[in-house]
Amino acid sequence: MHRQIHRRGNNEILTHDFAAMGMFSVMEGSMAGMAFINQEKRGSTMTDSKKVVEILMAIGDRIEEQKEYLTELDQPIGDSDHGINLARGFAAVKEKADSMEGQDIATVLKTAGMTLVSTVGGASGPLYGSAFMKGGMAMAGKTEMGLDDFLCVMDAAVEAVKQRGKAVEGEATMLDAMIPSLGAMRAAREAGKPAADVLAEGVKASWAGAEHTRDLVATKGRASYVGERGLGHQDPGATSYSYILEVIAGAV
Amino acid sequence: MSHSAHLADSVIEMAAVMAEQAPMAAAGGLEDGSFGTSFDKITAAIDAVYSDDGVLVLMDLGSAVMTTEMVLEMMPERKVEMVDCPLVEGAIVAAIGAAGGEDFETLKKNLASVASTKKM
Repeated sequence: MHRQIHRRGNNEILTHDFAAMGMFSVMEGSMAGMAFINQEKRGSTMTDSKKVVEILMAIGDRIEEQKEYLTELDQPIGDSDHGINLARGFAAVKEKADSMEGQDIATVLKTAGMTLVSTVGGASGPLYGSAFMKGGMAMAGKTEMGLDDFLCVMDAAVEAVKQRGKAVEGEATMLDAMIPSLGAMRAAREAGKPAADVLAEGVKASWAGAEHTRDLVATKGRASYVGERGLGHQDPGATSYSYILEVIAGAV
Repeated sequence: MSHSAHLADSVIEMAAVMAEQAPMAAAGGLEDGSFGTSFDKITAAIDAVYSDDGVLVLMDLGSAVMTTEMVLEMMPERKVEMVDCPLVEGAIVAAIGAAGGEDFETLKKNLASVASTKKM
């Protein structure tokens, strides 16, 4: 199974997670300056509208492929629908492929977000929907995306999920994958690594974050009713987010 | 507004026993009848009872709140708000109030106290 590739020992997860969180706090204040300094490199295109649409389609395929596993993760701590819901949502996004053609990246992401909101039918609808819509706003009028643009999109996505879910890091949600992965990507960017390596660092930190949710007590969503009985279970949202980032990384 | 179509319908049925003339609409479950929260169903339910008097939305838990929140963000020109209160008790208080001619603000105030009213 695909998921087993990502299993790691607990010690390694913790080490990596703390490292990523540390880097994140250091990096957080320096985004604006970094974007300016790297203005020249910013021009190098990582992806364009057409590729963004292709990536969305590939995300749909991966979610469909992992649908049962995601639902299985949701069974002990949620309402057993995460995989089914997300697969339905991304299948609907796939149907929008034609209408996304030739649009700027903001419109593509906004269309995907709105579609998820109206078709997912669970918490991941408003959460991923807001992430895509707010992330898209960072790309208004653009048809090409550089690495720094991508990091801005991810930053907006994290903020959107925090705001929509009224959640912070450490509550066993998708944020526990999103925040460390953004921190790791910023650090790798700052170290001057190329886009593919930056994304790879993000994926690694995302999976470590997802696995770390097993050690956290959920205080948000359906899992909060399960409380400490949810310990040892990996958050489905953090897992689906890791799959999504992995698909993006694989396409860059 | 509920994850369950049966639950949403039954809450309305129960409230209507006390106040038949109150305008109420249910938005329960997904289009295919399964559990979940449907953006389109919530939008349709608000449309069904909307007037200038405004609409108050009562929800069950989790994504019911987030999905309703997004529906409301799509209609900023309308007088629609969510109320944080128990679904069954809240629906009954709201129905009786609305049928009795209480306005938006009064209903909201009365519903706010439903959350702290003890059953026993």
